Amino acid sequence: MGVNSPQEILASPTMTENTEDTDENHHAEQLRATQQFIASLPHSKALGMRVISAGAGTAELAMEYDPRFVGDPESGVIHGGAVSALMDTCCGAAAMAHPDVKGVTATIDLRIDYMRPATPGQSIRAQATCYHVTRNVAFLRARAIDDDEERPVASATGTFTTGTGA
Amino acid sequence: MTRAKPEPVQVVKQRRDAALTSLVQGVPYIRFLGIEFDRRGDELTGVLPYAEHLIGNPGLPALHGGATAAFLEVTAIIGLSWSMLWDGVERGELDLAAMQAGDLPRLPKTIGFTVDYLRSGLPRDSYARARINRSGRRYASVHVEAWQDNRARPHAQATGHFLMPRKDG
Repeated sequence: MGVNSPQEILASPTMTENTEDTDENHHAEQLRATQQFIASLPHSKALGMRVISAGAGTAELAMEYDPRFVGDPESGVIHGGAVSALMDTCCGAAAMAHPDVKGVTATIDLRIDYMRPATPGQSIRAQATCYHVTRNVAFLRARAIDDDEERPVASATGTFTTGTGA
Repeated sequence: MTRAKPEPVQVVKQRRDAALTSLVQGVPYIRFLGIEFDRRGDELTGVLPYAEHLIGNPGLPALHGGATAAFLEVTAIIGLSWSMLWDGVERGELDLAAMQAGDLPRLPKTIGFTVDYLRSGLPRDSYARARINRSGRRYASVHVEAWQDNRARPHAQATGHFLMPRKDG
């Protein structure tokens, strides 16, 4: 299936000793876990994705502009497939960052609408929110933006598996 | 009744393959993913040869959902473009030299694309075929399926709507 995570990465508690259970600590921990998750995915690494932020059921990822990712040689616009990969990874990361989601997650389906071409030369950011979780399914919403944050490049909705029954 | 003598098969194949190669090689992201197209007559099969950088779960291992989505979208766009170009290629009206020099036809633009992940993508080659369900002057609707070892057991499928390039350029 789609984005997954090796279970050991999630299972390893990071820096829980001698730290108070504050929101700030929790956020830092979430960010580290998400960064570790992204770093473990060869395809996301190949696309140069990096984590900007992560919270309870949310994630923001960035992908730099790269001429190798161009889909329309005439305009230099990034291929929709690269945006899909960013959205998929970001939704997977947000699902895993949700407190009720334990272990591996995989994409069940993902729909993307392309509202406008991303501006060539600018990095693309994806922001995903896990807005509902059941025992078996996580529901995600995401958008992709470039430097002009008011006019999103794309929006996505998706469902992901939760638990170990992927 | 006389009819024109059919062109030698090599000439026809050479022209079709040259057009397809320039179309596919002209898109950087298709080269980045390593996608190829196998052509039989006018039918295209996309081929995504396995590569380590396509992996999304190193534990299983499994292909990244984003790599699979991109493969399906590329197959849909090339399939649509190929159907657009076909008549021009057959009539010998397509300017192949210009195309080989990088003057590519405008590609369809994706409006919306929905991918269903049916099975885990294994670390091996994938194949995909697109079916154009509707092709109008402005909009087209395409369904794509990708499989690995068994055609009857697809690992992913997608439906997309596309905005067609204007005929007047």
